[in-house]
Amino acid sequence: MKPEERIYLGVALAKPKVAFFELSSCEGCQLQLLNKEATLLDFLSLLEIVQFREGMTEKSDDYSIALVEGSVTRGDEIERLKKIRQQATTLVALGSCACFGGVNQLKNRFELDWVKKEVYGEHPIDTREVQPLSAYVDVDLEIYGCPIKKEEVERIIHNLILGKSVEHPCYPVCMECKANQNVCLFDLGEACLGPITRAGCDSWCPSNRRGCWGCRGPSEEANVSQLLEIMKRYGFSEETILDRLECFGGFSTYVEEVKKG
Amino acid sequence: MIFRVFAKEELENLYDILAVNHMVGAVSKGIGTSGPLFDFDFIYDFKDLRLDFSTTIHSLKRFLLPPVETLSTFEMQKETWQKHVDYNLSKPIVYFGLHTCDINALNKLDKVLWGSVYPDPFYAAKRKNMFIIGSNCMPQPFCFCKSMGTDTALHGFDMFLTDIGDSYFVEIESARAFDCISKLKNREPDVDDHNLFMQVTEAKTKQFSCHVDTTDLTKILDMEFQSEAWKGWGEKCLSCGTCANVCPTCYCYGVTENVDLDLQKAQKIKQLYSCNLIDFAQVSGGHNFRPESHSRIKYRYYHKHRGFVEAFEESLCVGCGRCGVSCLADITVPEVIASVRGKEGHNG
Repeated sequence: MKPEERIYLGVALAKPKVAFFELSSCEGCQLQLLNKEATLLDFLSLLEIVQFREGMTEKSDDYSIALVEGSVTRGDEIERLKKIRQQATTLVALGSCACFGGVNQLKNRFELDWVKKEVYGEHPIDTREVQPLSAYVDVDLEIYGCPIKKEEVERIIHNLILGKSVEHPCYPVCMECKANQNVCLFDLGEACLGPITRAGCDSWCPSNRRGCWGCRGPSEEANVSQLLEIMKRYGFSEETILDRLECFGGFSTYVEEVKKG
Repeated sequence: MIFRVFAKEELENLYDILAVNHMVGAVSKGIGTSGPLFDFDFIYDFKDLRLDFSTTIHSLKRFLLPPVETLSTFEMQKETWQKHVDYNLSKPIVYFGLHTCDINALNKLDKVLWGSVYPDPFYAAKRKNMFIIGSNCMPQPFCFCKSMGTDTALHGFDMFLTDIGDSYFVEIESARAFDCISKLKNREPDVDDHNLFMQVTEAKTKQFSCHVDTTDLTKILDMEFQSEAWKGWGEKCLSCGTCANVCPTCYCYGVTENVDLDLQKAQKIKQLYSCNLIDFAQVSGGHNFRPESHSRIKYRYYHKHRGFVEAFEESLCVGCGRCGVSCLADITVPEVIASVRGKEGHNG
């Protein structure tokens, strides 16, 4: 069935052709979109999806918006990414792997040959230092999160289609955590990166009594040095702090500072 | 003012009389690293109601000024559209056991949001439908309401309970409250009750360990606008907005418009904001009037302790100390104000 034309304020909306791609990732961000069944049909009616490995068999390279999940870890991915960039008018980095390298970039802490050997033994494997998409191509829009928050992706894509500006919250997770009336996790003896991490997740983890690990990267004007002092005052070791700051790659520039002391 | 006394056993009867309404009071939120935690929440059982609570984590604000509130919805209908406005009020709410700081906070909010030239109907609707039972408290180490003149409530409640041992001493402010008390076994207070009441007040006054010197504060803030002290606080500040979120009198907000995915409906949404957030003073075109943390925190204090005083002859701060307790960076009102005066302050 062909969905009917969408009208907004009396004007027919152009239906952009959208393609989803995945580089090195768990593909969980794409799965998030498919999981959202209540609004999935409305969401799909706004787009024409031409490539989405997780959701359909058909495949076309005629698209204008490309949503790319995952980080770059192999030579062939660089080539693939450059081709996508050539085709797409809007290239969206989908999720923390695409934006910052994500969990994958933890491997950059170790010597590459050792990593290869530890994981694959003698099996030959092409793998290199993990990089976000922006290391190789221009990225038009970043959607943060591990995984992404479906409501946020819907809103962002929706705004793109309606021609509205796309804005991320500039404030940290604490804003949303307080709005959710949570008890501060520091008061419950748990470490949390909420005070320096960009909001937009609706304090997903802290609302479930789990301290923030910073998957969405730093808020604008993240006061990392102050949070370090606070964490130490609450009795958390530097290792605990570094574990969190390094986990998703969003705080990489701050990690160097912390290590320097 | 009408005064009455009723025995403590009668409290459950008072609860029962009022329980037909929604009821909000302080409930336990467990034990935190620094002691018992309390917060305002709906109450469904007399056993959950606490009158012996210390300051709640959040203020009452979410019931009057929710963090996120839909102001209006719009619905497309072929060639036209419909606008719906809902003040988001379902029933009157009984607030059982508010401390004087929170009652005074409502009185202050009223001046801006209710009594002004442009009252906020969303606030007024909820405010008009409150039945408030105040209750006396003993100051926590961080409380400085005495300094702000909010350690007592002269109005803004229906009845106010003071624990005088075996009984409650009740101040009655409204006819509705008088009707409720009339249904309980109660009596006129005698001289002994008066003495007990005065003893409680005296004990409370003596227990304050935290103070803010407000003498000439508006003038001193003007003089010390360039004070280096602000820079120090700015370096500490996380710009996270927690102080504004827990504050009973912060009311600043932003409005956004959202269109539903099906393009048939839209909403105008109000979100409470904080002057400490980096884009608070960013305007069209991108200019930010307060890009630096120290200037934002300064203006927060200037609004509370200078601007509001000039407009209404009273501070917008009620001295509840919540902002200081919640601030991970330990920025407290007594210490900030003292530093601007060039003195060492302490927070309890």
